[in-house]
Amino acid sequence: MTSSSTGVASGNGLSGSADTPLSFRKPSGSRTLKNGLATAYAVVATILALIPLVWVLWTVVSKGARLVLTSSWWLESQRGLTPRREGGGAYHAIVGTLEIGLVCAVVAVPLGVLGAIFLVEYARGTKSARAVSFTVDILSGIPSIVAALFVYALVITILGLGRSAIAVSLALVLLMLPVVLRSTEEMLKLVPDSLREASYALGVPKWKTVLRVVMPTAFGGISTGVMLGLARVMGETAPLLILVSYAMGINFSPTSSTMGSLPTMINAGRDVAPGLPGYDRTWAAALTLIIIVMLLNLVARGISRATKLKEK
Amino acid sequence: MRRGEERIVTDTTRQPGTVEPVVDPLAHARTGVEAGARSDFPRPLEDDPLTDTPAGADPAISPVQDEAARHSPVPVVEHHPAPSQPSTDRPGSGVRLATISRTGDRVFGAMTKGTAILLVLLVAFVGIFLLVLALPSILADKDSFLLSRSWQVSGGDLRFGILGLLWTTVLSSLVALVIAVPVAVGVALSLTQYLPKRVAGPVGFLVELLAAVPSIIFGLWGLTVFGPFLGPIGAWIGHALGFIPLFTLVSDPKSTVFVAGIVLAIMILPIITSISKNVFEQTPRDQIEAALALGATRWEVIRTSVLPYGRSGVISASMLGLGRALGETIAVLIILSQPAPGSRFTPSIFAGGETFASKIANNASEFDTPSKTGAYIAAGLVLFVVTFLVNAAARVVAERGVK
Repeated sequence: MTSSSTGVASGNGLSGSADTPLSFRKPSGSRTLKNGLATAYAVVATILALIPLVWVLWTVVSKGARLVLTSSWWLESQRGLTPRREGGGAYHAIVGTLEIGLVCAVVAVPLGVLGAIFLVEYARGTKSARAVSFTVDILSGIPSIVAALFVYALVITILGLGRSAIAVSLALVLLMLPVVLRSTEEMLKLVPDSLREASYALGVPKWKTVLRVVMPTAFGGISTGVMLGLARVMGETAPLLILVSYAMGINFSPTSSTMGSLPTMINAGRDVAPGLPGYDRTWAAALTLIIIVMLLNLVARGISRATKLKEK
Repeated sequence: MRRGEERIVTDTTRQPGTVEPVVDPLAHARTGVEAGARSDFPRPLEDDPLTDTPAGADPAISPVQDEAARHSPVPVVEHHPAPSQPSTDRPGSGVRLATISRTGDRVFGAMTKGTAILLVLLVAFVGIFLLVLALPSILADKDSFLLSRSWQVSGGDLRFGILGLLWTTVLSSLVALVIAVPVAVGVALSLTQYLPKRVAGPVGFLVELLAAVPSIIFGLWGLTVFGPFLGPIGAWIGHALGFIPLFTLVSDPKSTVFVAGIVLAIMILPIITSISKNVFEQTPRDQIEAALALGATRWEVIRTSVLPYGRSGVISASMLGLGRALGETIAVLIILSQPAPGSRFTPSIFAGGETFASKIANNASEFDTPSKTGAYIAAGLVLFVVTFLVNAAARVVAERGVK
């Protein structure tokens, strides 16, 4: 895995030589060398891993900050603009991204939470729990493009409806559901059984125990999962490419076949030559998307830190 | 509600300490099922006593205690005789217990169960729908679906196969894996074994932040910044090792499988790192200390206890990363140059190409006839099956490791 092939013979040094059974001498030269190399390797790998993050963030911020800091960026759309013309903003795309994400969350969160309650509170350790858990594993491995194709097959080919922003939200539900479900499940498992027992002992019905005792205790962790799921879903592009067309103007009707969104706005502007105003707008859209997604991530982490349940 | 309290009290004499309330605690209260005795409550459930929490109290616990204090001492004389399961009623106790309504439990239980069934159906439907819509096109395919490299789907004459797509998909993901796994293991080791906690926390956070960057942004960055940076390096390798077919320089070095693979490596790095880190953290403390006591250097500790312990975890993490890389769409679509139609196939990593996902996404606007759409759905189906197999393998490895 790592450079593990290098060290085979170093075991000799461990026992010490026969005539000095209790010598506390330093490890032999080759062992020290290998140890040093391994340390250097770990440090270099860590630095290598951090370079892309810094590089991507720096690129996006340096190219996009100028426009993002103007107020018109947040208040205007791209209607009627060509890459050669200055002005306009990302209002249409920001609202589109938020809207698609929210519609998705409205469907995915209840399903995910109820599924997790089933797994932990009703079917823990049973065969049906294992079956459901298995399907959730499959679901979490589905590539976004396959989720999009499924919704295309269902909504457009079989039901005969057109492309729409709602269809995108449905495809995203498939991607958000496993995230919400798994994190909720983890949190519910951490709720101490003594709380449930106390509630049951007082005669509180099970459903009320779940809703009023277990859920509030796990609320922080669950909302963290929701935020992380939203962050993942809002950055997705593939379903948007297949299931809705990019609109440069403001169109917030979820049933319409065109809607702006930040990922498709970036995609539409990806080939604009550097120096043109459209190029700056593409990077500004990228920065806006990063800001939204990172904000969701940071809030999620904040919540999870503030309301952390102790591991058992 | 009332009934449950009383029942616990009376029951304790009979089953001292042997009850397992978590498994099915309501078994105690189950006797009074559905007597429709809501009206018996001096204070109906709808009043929601649970919400009257004293300020500053722990919201999770105190409402229950609160209610207990309010209700507990008064036994209620029941209007109905206890309907069923007399075995739990103490004969001759003289105390009749109020019944509780189980409607809420029924409804809520059914809702969670229904959701679970819906989930299973959903996943089944994903497979079934894709298969149903892909089959006609696969059957009408005049080329071998699995072995052909051509992709001709417009018009009535269907000639398409997935071999070219499969090659590019697997090749780019393998490039990603070969680069990401050693780096991820190194990072996970330094997070768990080398860095002091004060530093490891923030560094781990930054690496996980990498997972939050949307893939379209990696695509844009790869196209405009990273590709041009990596291009000359790729061209140099291509010139030096070009005699090996895998490294022949074919197309513009800025947008090759090589570049796409490295960007994919960056995208799957956080997944592999965080799972490996979690496994390494769980290395038994006594194994590490035993190795240290024998005089092992830090690297020897890692080699003899941490790596063997975490091996299955790292493999399973790599498989999960591979699954993610196989299905990645937009970054690959943006970075890879598409070969001109009819151009000769090359196995090189310094060539453009199309993966399953990028092919589908790139041609989404052409889904006009069912047979054409079916061909793309067939490609999606293959991708679904491949990622499923990879993910399943990851789970198997992980579970075997736990034992």
